[in-house]
Amino acid sequence: MNRIELTRNLFIKSALKNRHPQLAVFIVMLAGYVFAILAGLIGTPVGSHNFSIVFVWIAWWAILILVAVPFFGRGWCAVCPIPLPGEWLQRGAVLHPLDKKPKWLNLRWPRALRNIWLQNIAFLLLALFSSVLLTTPTITAIVLAAMLFTAIGLSMVFERRAFCRYLCPVGGFIGLYSQTAPLELRIKDKQTCVTCDGKPCYNGASTSLSANSGYGCPWDVFPGGLTRNTYCGLCMECLRTCPHDNIAVNLRPFSADLAKPSARLDEAFKAFIMLGSAMIYAGVLLGPWGALKDAAFYVGTSAWIIYAAVFLGIIFIILPGLFSLALFLAHRPSLKACLGRSRGVGRGTGLRTFAMFSASLIPLGLMFWVAFSLSFVLTNAAYILVSLSDPLGLGWNLFGTADVAWRPIFTSLLAPAQTLALVGGLIWSARMAQKAADESKISAIPVMAYCFAATVVMLWLLL
Amino acid sequence: MIRFISLVVLFAAGLAVAFAPLPAPSIAPQARTLRIDARQFAYSPSELKVNLGDTVTVQLVSTDVVHGLYVDGYDVSVEADPGQTATLTFVADRSGSFRFRCNVTCGAMHPFMIGKITVEKNDLLFRSVGLATLAVIGVFPLSSLLVERKDRALAK
Repeated sequence: MNRIELTRNLFIKSALKNRHPQLAVFIVMLAGYVFAILAGLIGTPVGSHNFSIVFVWIAWWAILILVAVPFFGRGWCAVCPIPLPGEWLQRGAVLHPLDKKPKWLNLRWPRALRNIWLQNIAFLLLALFSSVLLTTPTITAIVLAAMLFTAIGLSMVFERRAFCRYLCPVGGFIGLYSQTAPLELRIKDKQTCVTCDGKPCYNGASTSLSANSGYGCPWDVFPGGLTRNTYCGLCMECLRTCPHDNIAVNLRPFSADLAKPSARLDEAFKAFIMLGSAMIYAGVLLGPWGALKDAAFYVGTSAWIIYAAVFLGIIFIILPGLFSLALFLAHRPSLKACLGRSRGVGRGTGLRTFAMFSASLIPLGLMFWVAFSLSFVLTNAAYILVSLSDPLGLGWNLFGTADVAWRPIFTSLLAPAQTLALVGGLIWSARMAQKAADESKISAIPVMAYCFAATVVMLWLLL
Repeated sequence: MIRFISLVVLFAAGLAVAFAPLPAPSIAPQARTLRIDARQFAYSPSELKVNLGDTVTVQLVSTDVVHGLYVDGYDVSVEADPGQTATLTFVADRSGSFRFRCNVTCGAMHPFMIGKITVEKNDLLFRSVGLATLAVIGVFPLSSLLVERKDRALAK
């Protein structure tokens, strides 16, 4: 596949290697993050007029899901402020590594938890309370603060960015969808990594040892073995550390990582969690059914308990169950014969096939989120201007935009854009399913039918 | 070649599904008055259906706090004080399905206080499902074409 190495450009390379531009962005992000926490705690309780709600769930979310994830993969993780204070404390430094490191526990993350199940659970916990979280500034502030302090706490106990890698509810789905992005960080030559002494990209190189001083991969990834974007946080530490100039940032075709999908169940279920959540949110938040909104909002009531049970049932039983049925049908000899594949024996059955084929849902899920977010963001974007001038809802008018009247923007383009996103996602996923089916010598039709059915439901919910 | 022709035919069919004009409705337009009760954070009824060309009068009755009603695509709105009825009249001259939503901050779930009005038929939904069907069918010739191209490139 064709790739263009961006780091061949000296300006790009030096901008990425230099710690100062990244630090400048980090500081702005951290200041915004802390301000969002404060605004949530001391600002107006009216969500649509509070910086914490408007800038986190409208502005940031729009940038994340419509731009950052589809085009830059884990680009957001490269500038995310959440791990910063913990990482600075862990390293005892803000910029370059020191010879003398602070004596924190520096434990390895438990082997049994080296997967994204905790991230799945964390996302689902937030998802079940999302109606309250998205609309109540205090709750948003508490969640933001909890994430910050959890990241700090974990940095004191465990090595590297344990929070980002194993617990962050946002990082899990960014990692999943980053596989579709046209950007990657990879090594240039495998043999160079094999013969490299000390593997500074993974273990770090302090100032006294190397001119290329830097930290070992904060994401606990050996760049020499990188084949997918999922766990590479694009922090650029390996680019700084590699003594052989063997790290490249490449432009590549979309969804290149999905050519050889993962067979991990935690990642497979992440695909179902994201697909199902987008559909549920489209129905509950953007649909016309008041009873559903009440059930989702009034946490703790019997209606909410039923809502939570249905939410989890759709994600853990209905969607994977129907997908398993599709895979079962895909293995039927009659369907394979239909496609002239009766000669080959279907390879891989059971959980491995389930996990591998679920990767074909990744583009569809991403486009479901794009379509959902378009509606949510374009409808509420006017609040960004208001909140910019009056972030705490205290009657300020800093930039003269506090009195901008609410009005949805681009409403005539919304539905066609959603259709394009959903149909585009369907084509993308159907193509992925067909590739996987060709590899496994089974029929792609049932999985394509599954994707089609899910798309029709989403179209019905959004249009 | 057959695969290429199939793709062209499917593309043309897609254009027809997306843009072909539909027959005009035969039902004569009439004046309709619809009463909508608004409460935190729902309308009742929340789904309305009218015919193309109808003159629609919405009587918005707020049962708790101040609520509004803004119709996407028509860009018309009305606000009702608690216990009061406010009236909004517009001509439903665009077919399709449109969200209507509260335009007065009315509480936590205000951004999601939404209803739906369908004028004639939800054409876009039917067209979109048609496009999705053609898209799935089109993946077969598209994949074969891509594989052929890849094989040719490898052979060279």
